[in-house]
Amino acid sequence: MEFKPRIIAFLCNWCSYTGADLAGTSRMEYKSNVRTVRVMCSGRIEPTFVLEAFIKGADGVLVCGCHPGDCHYQEGNYRCLRRFLLLQKYIVQMGIETERLKLEWISASEGKQFAELVNSFTETITELGPCKIKDAMKIST
Amino acid sequence: MEGSKPKLKLAVYWASACGGCCVSVLDVHEKLFDVIAAADLVFWPIALDIKYEDVVKMPDSQIDVTLFNGAVRNSENEHMAKLLRKKSRILVAYGSCSHLGGIPGLANFSTKEEIFRRVYQESESTINPENIKPLPEYEAKEGILNIPVFYNDVCSLSQVVDVDYFIPGCPPQTERLLEVFVAIVSGAELTSEGSVIGAEAKAQCEECIRKKTENKRIKKFYRPWEINDDGVTCFMEQGVLCMGPSTRAGCGYRCIKGNAPCRGCYGPASGVNDPGAKMMSAIASIIDEKEPEDISRVLEDIVDPAGLFYRFSLPASLIRRKLL
Repeated sequence: MEFKPRIIAFLCNWCSYTGADLAGTSRMEYKSNVRTVRVMCSGRIEPTFVLEAFIKGADGVLVCGCHPGDCHYQEGNYRCLRRFLLLQKYIVQMGIETERLKLEWISASEGKQFAELVNSFTETITELGPCKIKDAMKIST
Repeated sequence: MEGSKPKLKLAVYWASACGGCCVSVLDVHEKLFDVIAAADLVFWPIALDIKYEDVVKMPDSQIDVTLFNGAVRNSENEHMAKLLRKKSRILVAYGSCSHLGGIPGLANFSTKEEIFRRVYQESESTINPENIKPLPEYEAKEGILNIPVFYNDVCSLSQVVDVDYFIPGCPPQTERLLEVFVAIVSGAELTSEGSVIGAEAKAQCEECIRKKTENKRIKKFYRPWEINDDGVTCFMEQGVLCMGPSTRAGCGYRCIKGNAPCRGCYGPASGVNDPGAKMMSAIASIIDEKEPEDISRVLEDIVDPAGLFYRFSLPASLIRRKLL
Protein backbone atom coordinates (compact mmCIF):
# COMPACT_ATOMS: atom_id res chain seq x y z
CA MET A 1 0.00 0.00 0.00
CA GLU A 2 1.21 3.48 -0.76
CA PHE A 3 2.50 5.35 2.27
CA LYS A 4 0.45 8.44 3.05
CA PRO A 5 2.27 10.41 5.71
CA ARG A 6 0.33 11.90 8.57
CA ILE A 7 1.56 15.38 9.35
CA ILE A 8 0.52 17.63 12.21
CA ALA A 9 0.97 21.36 11.67
CA PHE A 10 0.84 23.82 14.56
CA LEU A 11 0.01 27.25 13.14
CA CYS A 12 -0.05 30.53 14.99
CA ASN A 13 -3.32 32.40 14.85
CA TRP A 14 -2.05 35.76 13.63
CA CYS A 15 0.27 34.94 10.73
CA SER A 16 0.58 31.30 9.76
CA TYR A 17 -3.02 30.20 10.17
CA THR A 18 -4.15 33.28 8.27
CA GLY A 19 -1.54 32.44 5.63
CA ALA A 20 -2.90 28.89 5.38
CA ASP A 21 -6.38 30.34 5.19
CA LEU A 22 -5.27 32.56 2.34
CA ALA A 23 -4.01 29.50 0.48
CA GLY A 24 -7.49 28.05 0.88
CA THR A 25 -9.49 31.13 -0.07
CA SER A 26 -7.18 31.63 -3.06
CA ARG A 27 -8.08 28.06 -4.08
CA MET A 28 -4.49 26.91 -4.17
CA GLU A 29 -4.12 23.17 -4.25
CA TYR A 30 -1.75 21.44 -1.88
CA LYS A 31 -1.27 17.99 -0.39
CA SER A 32 -3.96 16.89 2.00
CA ASN A 33 -1.66 15.11 4.44
CA VAL A 34 -1.52 17.99 6.88
CA ARG A 35 -3.82 18.27 9.89
CA THR A 36 -3.60 21.76 11.26
CA VAL A 37 -3.88 22.82 14.86
CA ARG A 38 -4.38 26.52 15.44
CA VAL A 39 -2.68 28.01 18.48
CA MET A 40 -2.67 31.64 19.54
CA CYS A 41 1.09 31.99 19.17
CA SER A 42 3.99 29.78 18.11
CA GLY A 43 5.31 30.49 21.61
CA ARG A 44 2.36 28.48 22.91
CA ILE A 45 3.59 25.30 21.26
CA GLU A 46 5.10 23.34 24.09
CA PRO A 47 7.61 20.57 23.43
CA THR A 48 5.01 18.20 24.89
CA PHE A 49 2.65 18.97 21.97
CA VAL A 50 5.30 17.93 19.48
CA LEU A 51 6.29 14.78 21.38
CA GLU A 52 2.63 13.80 21.88
CA ALA A 53 2.01 14.23 18.15
CA PHE A 54 4.88 11.85 17.37
CA ILE A 55 3.91 9.15 19.85
CA LYS A 56 0.30 9.26 18.70
CA GLY A 57 1.36 8.45 15.16
CA ALA A 58 2.45 11.63 13.37
CA ASP A 59 5.13 10.99 10.74
CA GLY A 60 6.12 14.64 10.68
CA VAL A 61 5.43 17.78 12.69
CA LEU A 62 5.37 21.23 11.16
CA VAL A 63 5.57 24.34 13.32
CA CYS A 64 4.79 27.74 11.80
CA GLY A 65 4.84 31.21 13.29
CA CYS A 66 5.20 34.87 12.37
CA HIS A 67 8.49 36.04 10.86
CA PRO A 68 11.09 37.20 13.40
CA GLY A 69 10.19 40.68 14.57
CA ASP A 70 6.54 40.27 13.52
CA CYS A 71 5.17 38.32 16.49
CA HIS A 72 1.81 39.59 17.67
CA TYR A 73 3.08 39.09 21.21
CA GLN A 74 6.54 40.54 20.54
CA GLU A 75 8.67 37.59 21.56
CA GLY A 76 6.67 34.36 21.16
CA ASN A 77 8.25 33.24 17.92
CA TYR A 78 11.78 33.60 19.34
CA ARG A 79 10.75 31.40 22.22
CA CYS A 80 9.40 28.93 19.68
CA LEU A 81 12.69 29.02 17.75
CA ARG A 82 14.70 28.27 20.87
CA ARG A 83 12.42 25.41 21.86
CA PHE A 84 12.61 24.05 18.33
CA LEU A 85 16.41 24.04 18.28
CA LEU A 86 16.55 22.29 21.65
CA LEU A 87 13.90 19.78 20.61
CA GLN A 88 15.92 18.97 17.49
CA LYS A 89 18.88 18.11 19.69
CA TYR A 90 16.69 15.91 21.84
CA ILE A 91 14.81 13.98 19.16
CA VAL A 92 17.97 13.08 17.30
CA GLN A 93 19.26 11.51 20.54
CA MET A 94 16.08 9.47 20.73
CA GLY A 95 16.56 8.20 17.18
CA ILE A 96 14.00 10.39 15.40
CA GLU A 97 15.24 12.01 12.18
CA THR A 98 15.50 15.80 12.56
CA GLU A 99 13.84 16.22 9.16
CA ARG A 100 10.58 15.07 10.71
CA LEU A 101 10.31 18.27 12.73
CA LYS A 102 10.30 21.49 10.74
CA LEU A 103 9.96 25.14 11.69
CA GLU A 104 9.05 27.78 9.10
CA TRP A 105 7.91 31.38 9.29
CA ILE A 106 4.71 32.04 7.31
CA SER A 107 3.15 35.50 7.26
CA ALA A 108 -0.53 36.23 6.72
CA SER A 109 0.12 37.09 3.08
CA GLU A 110 2.18 33.99 2.28
CA GLY A 111 -0.55 31.58 1.17
CA LYS A 112 1.54 30.43 -1.77
CA GLN A 113 4.58 29.79 0.42
CA PHE A 114 2.42 27.77 2.81
CA ALA A 115 1.10 25.56 0.02
CA GLU A 116 4.64 25.02 -1.26
CA LEU A 117 5.90 24.29 2.23
CA VAL A 118 3.22 21.65 2.80
CA ASN A 119 4.01 20.02 -0.55
CA SER A 120 7.75 19.94 0.00
CA PHE A 121 7.46 18.78 3.60
CA THR A 122 5.04 16.01 2.62
CA GLU A 123 7.54 14.92 -0.01
CA THR A 124 10.37 14.84 2.53
CA ILE A 125 8.33 12.74 4.94
CA THR A 126 7.14 10.40 2.18
CA GLU A 127 10.78 9.74 1.29
CA LEU A 128 11.68 9.14 4.96
CA GLY A 129 8.84 6.65 5.33
CA PRO A 130 6.66 6.02 8.38
CA CYS A 131 7.92 7.18 11.78
CA LYS A 132 8.59 4.10 13.92
CA ILE A 133 8.06 5.81 17.23
CA LYS A 134 4.47 4.70 17.85
CA ASP A 135 5.40 1.01 17.60
CA ALA A 136 8.67 1.49 19.46
CA MET A 137 6.78 2.79 22.49
CA LYS A 138 5.24 -0.65 23.05
CA ILE A 139 7.14 -2.34 25.87
CA SER A 140 9.22 -5.28 24.67
CA THR A 141 10.67 -7.96 26.90
CA MET B 1 -4.60 -10.92 71.55
CA GLU B 2 -8.25 -10.26 72.05
CA GLY B 3 -9.15 -6.58 71.93
CA SER B 4 -5.75 -5.26 70.95
CA LYS B 5 -5.21 -3.84 67.52
CA PRO B 6 -3.42 -6.32 65.26
CA LYS B 7 -0.01 -5.19 64.14
CA LEU B 8 0.46 -4.00 60.58
CA LYS B 9 2.34 -6.30 58.26
CA LEU B 10 5.06 -4.51 56.32
CA ALA B 11 7.26 -5.66 53.46
CA VAL B 12 10.13 -3.98 51.64
CA TYR B 13 11.46 -5.38 48.39
CA TRP B 14 14.21 -4.38 45.99
CA ALA B 15 14.02 -5.13 42.31
CA SER B 16 16.46 -3.44 39.91
CA ALA B 17 17.85 -1.05 42.50
CA CYS B 18 21.12 0.03 44.06
CA GLY B 19 20.06 -0.68 47.65
CA GLY B 20 19.89 3.00 48.56
CA CYS B 21 16.12 2.88 49.01
CA CYS B 22 16.37 0.05 51.54
CA VAL B 23 19.07 2.02 53.33
CA SER B 24 16.78 5.06 53.40
CA VAL B 25 14.27 2.88 55.25
CA LEU B 26 17.01 1.86 57.71
CA ASP B 27 17.75 5.57 58.12
CA VAL B 28 14.75 5.89 60.41
CA HIS B 29 17.41 5.03 63.03
CA GLU B 30 15.98 4.64 66.54
CA LYS B 31 12.48 5.35 65.20
CA LEU B 32 12.70 1.80 63.87
CA PHE B 33 11.58 0.75 67.37
CA ASP B 34 8.40 2.78 66.92
CA VAL B 35 7.91 1.20 63.52
CA ILE B 36 8.38 -2.30 64.95
CA ALA B 37 6.01 -1.49 67.81
CA ALA B 38 3.28 -0.78 65.29
CA ALA B 39 4.22 -3.19 62.54
CA ASP B 40 5.76 -6.56 61.82
CA LEU B 41 8.28 -6.67 59.02
CA VAL B 42 7.32 -9.85 57.21
CA PHE B 43 9.63 -9.63 54.18
CA TRP B 44 12.72 -7.52 53.62
CA PRO B 45 15.60 -9.18 51.78
CA ILE B 46 18.25 -6.64 52.82
CA ALA B 47 17.55 -7.15 56.53
CA LEU B 48 15.65 -10.37 57.11
CA ASP B 49 16.22 -13.95 56.05
CA ILE B 50 12.87 -14.76 54.52
CA LYS B 51 12.67 -16.65 51.26
CA TYR B 52 10.51 -16.03 48.21
CA GLU B 53 8.81 -19.35 49.00
CA ASP B 54 7.57 -17.93 52.30
CA VAL B 55 5.93 -15.05 50.45
CA VAL B 56 4.32 -17.48 48.01
CA LYS B 57 2.79 -19.34 50.97
CA MET B 58 1.20 -16.20 52.43
CA PRO B 59 -2.53 -15.78 51.84
CA ASP B 60 -3.45 -13.09 49.27
CA SER B 61 -3.57 -9.50 50.57
CA GLN B 62 -1.84 -10.69 53.74
CA ILE B 63 0.75 -7.87 53.71
CA ASP B 64 -0.73 -4.48 54.60
CA VAL B 65 1.89 -2.30 52.93
CA THR B 66 4.71 -3.22 50.58
CA LEU B 67 7.38 -0.67 49.73
CA PHE B 68 8.62 -1.81 46.34
CA ASN B 69 11.84 -0.16 45.25
CA GLY B 70 13.75 -0.65 42.03
CA ALA B 71 12.77 -0.80 38.40
CA VAL B 72 11.60 -3.88 36.51
CA ARG B 73 14.53 -4.97 34.37
CA ASN B 74 14.31 -8.79 34.27
CA SER B 75 11.88 -11.65 34.71
CA GLU B 76 12.67 -12.02 38.42
CA ASN B 77 11.74 -8.37 39.06
CA GLU B 78 8.50 -8.87 37.14
CA HIS B 79 7.68 -12.10 38.97
CA MET B 80 8.21 -10.45 42.37
CA ALA B 81 6.21 -7.37 41.35
CA LYS B 82 3.26 -9.57 40.42
CA LEU B 83 3.63 -11.77 43.49
CA LEU B 84 3.84 -8.83 45.90
CA ARG B 85 0.91 -7.14 44.18
CA LYS B 86 -1.16 -10.24 44.90
CA LYS B 87 0.01 -10.53 48.50
CA SER B 88 -0.26 -6.83 49.42
CA ARG B 89 -3.21 -4.69 50.28
CA ILE B 90 -1.32 -1.48 49.49
CA LEU B 91 1.55 -1.57 47.00
CA VAL B 92 3.77 1.50 47.09
CA ALA B 93 6.28 2.30 44.37
CA TYR B 94 9.09 3.52 46.59
CA GLY B 95 11.86 5.63 45.09
CA SER B 96 12.68 6.92 41.62
CA CYS B 97 13.37 3.53 40.03
CA SER B 98 10.00 1.98 40.72
CA HIS B 99 8.25 5.35 40.34
CA LEU B 100 9.71 6.32 36.95
CA GLY B 101 12.43 3.83 36.00
CA GLY B 102 15.23 5.76 37.67
CA ILE B 103 18.92 5.38 36.88
CA PRO B 104 18.55 1.76 35.62
CA GLY B 105 16.00 3.21 33.20
CA LEU B 106 18.79 4.99 31.35
CA ALA B 107 19.45 1.57 29.83
CA ASN B 108 16.52 2.37 27.53
CA PHE B 109 19.03 4.42 25.53
CA SER B 110 20.46 1.07 24.40
CA THR B 111 19.21 -2.43 23.67
CA LYS B 112 19.77 -5.75 25.37
CA GLU B 113 22.19 -6.76 22.58
CA GLU B 114 24.20 -3.56 22.94
CA ILE B 115 24.42 -3.98 26.71
CA PHE B 116 25.49 -7.63 26.46
CA ARG B 117 28.07 -6.80 23.82
CA ARG B 118 29.54 -4.04 25.98
CA VAL B 119 29.53 -6.01 29.21
CA TYR B 120 30.57 -9.46 28.00
CA GLN B 121 32.81 -8.55 25.06
CA GLU B 122 33.98 -4.97 24.75
CA SER B 123 34.53 -3.57 28.22
CA GLU B 124 38.19 -2.92 29.04
CA SER B 125 38.24 -5.36 31.93
CA THR B 126 36.69 -8.25 30.00
CA ILE B 127 38.63 -11.20 28.62
CA ASN B 128 36.13 -13.53 27.03
CA PRO B 129 37.61 -15.20 23.94
CA GLU B 130 34.94 -17.91 23.90
CA ASN B 131 32.28 -15.22 23.91
CA ILE B 132 30.38 -16.72 26.82
CA LYS B 133 27.18 -14.94 27.67
CA PRO B 134 24.71 -15.79 30.42
CA LEU B 135 21.87 -18.01 29.26
CA PRO B 136 18.51 -18.00 31.03
CA GLU B 137 18.59 -21.79 30.95
CA TYR B 138 21.62 -24.09 31.13
CA GLU B 139 21.80 -27.83 31.19
CA ALA B 140 24.39 -28.86 33.72
CA LYS B 141 25.25 -32.40 34.82
CA GLU B 142 23.20 -31.85 37.94
CA GLY B 143 20.15 -30.73 36.03
CA ILE B 144 18.73 -27.61 34.38
CA LEU B 145 19.87 -24.30 35.87
CA ASN B 146 17.87 -21.12 35.49
CA ILE B 147 18.66 -17.46 35.90
CA PRO B 148 16.26 -14.57 35.29
CA VAL B 149 15.68 -13.39 31.72
CA PHE B 150 17.18 -9.98 30.98
CA TYR B 151 14.60 -7.74 29.28
CA ASN B 152 15.20 -5.35 26.43
CA ASP B 153 13.27 -2.54 28.13
CA VAL B 154 13.42 -1.25 31.68
CA CYS B 155 9.96 -0.52 33.09
CA SER B 156 8.65 1.39 36.04
CA LEU B 157 6.57 -0.61 38.52
CA SER B 158 3.24 0.83 37.35
CA GLN B 159 3.98 -0.33 33.80
CA VAL B 160 3.91 -3.91 35.10
CA VAL B 161 1.31 -3.99 37.91
CA ASP B 162 -1.27 -1.66 39.45
CA VAL B 163 0.32 0.63 42.01
CA ASP B 164 -1.60 2.28 44.85
CA TYR B 165 0.82 5.04 45.79
CA PHE B 166 4.11 6.50 44.68
CA ILE B 167 6.77 7.84 47.02
CA PRO B 168 9.35 9.58 44.82
CA GLY B 169 13.01 10.29 45.39
CA CYS B 170 16.48 8.86 44.90
CA PRO B 171 16.24 7.86 47.66
CA PRO B 172 13.01 9.19 49.23
CA GLN B 173 13.71 11.36 52.24
CA THR B 174 13.31 9.21 55.32
CA GLU B 175 11.34 11.94 57.14
CA ARG B 176 8.68 11.78 54.44
CA LEU B 177 8.51 8.00 54.69
CA LEU B 178 7.92 8.31 58.43
CA GLU B 179 5.12 10.81 57.83
CA VAL B 180 3.46 8.38 55.44
CA PHE B 181 4.00 5.49 57.83
CA VAL B 182 2.51 7.41 60.75
CA ALA B 183 -0.47 8.29 58.56
CA ILE B 184 -0.99 4.62 57.70
CA VAL B 185 -0.64 3.45 61.31
CA SER B 186 -3.01 6.12 62.63
CA GLY B 187 -5.52 5.07 60.01
CA ALA B 188 -5.58 8.58 58.50
CA GLU B 189 -7.06 8.89 55.06
CA LEU B 190 -4.37 8.93 52.41
CA THR B 191 -4.96 10.85 49.22
CA SER B 192 -6.70 9.21 46.32
CA GLU B 193 -5.20 6.01 44.99
CA GLY B 194 -2.64 6.21 42.25
CA SER B 195 -1.23 9.47 43.56
CA VAL B 196 2.20 10.59 44.68
CA ILE B 197 2.54 10.80 48.46
CA GLY B 198 5.33 11.98 50.69
CA ALA B 199 5.99 14.96 48.43
CA GLU B 200 4.47 18.29 47.40
CA ALA B 201 2.36 18.98 44.32
CA LYS B 202 4.21 22.07 43.19
CA ALA B 203 7.61 22.47 41.57
CA GLN B 204 10.89 22.87 43.40
CA CYS B 205 11.37 26.48 42.28
CA GLU B 206 8.27 27.66 44.09
CA GLU B 207 9.81 27.03 47.49
CA CYS B 208 13.49 27.07 46.68
CA ILE B 209 15.58 28.88 49.25
CA ARG B 210 17.86 30.49 46.69
CA LYS B 211 17.26 34.10 45.63
CA LYS B 212 15.35 34.46 42.37
CA THR B 213 14.51 37.43 40.21
CA GLU B 214 12.34 37.65 37.12
CA ASN B 215 15.42 38.54 35.18
CA LYS B 216 16.65 35.20 33.93
CA ARG B 217 18.79 35.94 30.86
CA ILE B 218 21.38 33.37 29.93
CA LYS B 219 24.01 33.65 27.21
CA LYS B 220 26.06 30.67 28.32
CA PHE B 221 25.43 27.55 30.38
CA TYR B 222 28.06 26.27 32.76
CA ARG B 223 28.78 22.97 34.41
CA PRO B 224 28.64 23.40 38.20
CA TRP B 225 32.45 23.26 38.51
CA GLU B 226 32.95 25.99 35.92
CA ILE B 227 31.53 28.81 38.01
CA ASN B 228 32.19 30.30 41.38
CA ASP B 229 28.75 29.71 42.89
CA ASP B 230 27.82 32.50 45.32
CA GLY B 231 25.70 30.08 47.35
CA VAL B 232 22.70 32.42 47.29
CA THR B 233 21.50 33.13 43.75
CA CYS B 234 19.24 30.77 41.77
CA PHE B 235 21.38 28.27 39.85
CA MET B 236 19.56 28.95 36.61
CA GLU B 237 20.29 32.66 36.91
CA GLN B 238 23.96 31.81 37.24
CA GLY B 239 23.75 29.71 34.10
CA VAL B 240 23.89 26.33 35.81
CA LEU B 241 21.25 23.88 34.62
CA CYS B 242 18.97 22.95 37.49
CA MET B 243 15.97 20.64 37.13
CA GLY B 244 13.96 22.64 39.67
CA PRO B 245 11.40 24.09 37.22
CA SER B 246 10.04 20.66 36.25
CA THR B 247 10.67 18.70 39.44
CA ARG B 248 8.31 17.96 42.29
CA ALA B 249 9.13 19.61 45.59
CA GLY B 250 9.25 17.75 48.90
CA CYS B 251 12.81 16.49 49.11
CA GLY B 252 13.90 19.16 51.57
CA TYR B 253 16.30 20.70 49.05
CA ARG B 254 19.20 18.58 50.16
CA CYS B 255 21.08 19.02 46.89
CA ILE B 256 20.45 22.77 46.78
CA LYS B 257 21.51 23.12 50.40
CA GLY B 258 24.66 21.24 49.48
CA ASN B 259 25.26 23.79 46.71
CA ALA B 260 24.45 21.34 43.94
CA PRO B 261 21.70 21.96 41.38
CA CYS B 262 18.57 19.78 41.41
CA ARG B 263 18.88 16.62 39.31
CA GLY B 264 15.19 15.83 39.18
CA CYS B 265 14.90 12.64 41.24
CA TYR B 266 11.45 13.54 42.62
CA GLY B 267 10.03 13.31 39.11
CA PRO B 268 7.64 15.69 37.40
CA ALA B 269 5.55 18.09 39.48
CA SER B 270 1.80 17.51 39.36
CA GLY B 271 0.37 18.68 36.06
CA VAL B 272 3.68 18.07 34.29
CA ASN B 273 3.33 15.00 32.11
CA ASP B 274 6.86 14.95 30.77
CA PRO B 275 9.71 16.41 32.84
CA GLY B 276 12.09 16.80 29.91
CA ALA B 277 9.59 18.62 27.73
CA LYS B 278 8.94 20.98 30.61
CA MET B 279 12.65 21.59 31.06
CA MET B 280 13.06 22.30 27.35
CA SER B 281 10.31 24.90 27.66
CA ALA B 282 11.93 26.47 30.69
CA ILE B 283 15.39 26.58 29.19
CA ALA B 284 14.17 28.02 25.90
CA SER B 285 12.55 30.83 27.87
CA ILE B 286 15.73 32.03 29.52
CA ILE B 287 18.20 31.96 26.62
CA ASP B 288 18.96 35.55 25.74
CA GLU B 289 19.60 35.15 22.02
CA LYS B 290 17.46 35.60 18.93
CA GLU B 291 19.53 34.44 15.98
CA PRO B 292 19.49 30.70 15.23
CA GLU B 293 23.31 30.49 15.17
CA ASP B 294 23.61 32.25 18.53
CA ILE B 295 20.92 30.07 20.09
CA SER B 296 22.62 26.94 18.78
CA ARG B 297 25.91 28.14 20.25
CA VAL B 298 24.28 28.49 23.69
CA LEU B 299 22.64 25.08 23.31
CA GLU B 300 26.01 23.49 22.59
CA ASP B 301 26.66 23.84 26.33
CA ILE B 302 23.88 21.31 26.93
CA VAL B 303 25.89 18.28 25.87
CA ASP B 304 23.38 15.52 26.56
CA PRO B 305 19.86 16.94 26.80
CA ALA B 306 18.08 13.57 26.83
CA GLY B 307 20.30 12.14 29.56
CA LEU B 308 20.11 15.30 31.62
CA PHE B 309 16.38 15.96 31.43
CA TYR B 310 15.34 12.31 31.78
CA ARG B 311 18.01 11.15 34.19
CA PHE B 312 15.47 9.54 36.52
CA SER B 313 12.41 9.23 34.32
CA LEU B 314 13.21 7.84 30.89
CA PRO B 315 11.02 4.67 30.99
CA ALA B 316 8.01 6.65 32.24
CA SER B 317 8.38 9.56 29.81
CA LEU B 318 6.54 10.27 26.59
CA ILE B 319 9.38 8.85 24.50
CA ARG B 320 10.29 6.03 26.81
CA ARG B 321 13.16 4.53 24.88
CA LYS B 322 15.51 5.30 22.06
CA LEU B 323 14.16 4.19 18.70
CA LEU B 324 15.85 1.12 17.30
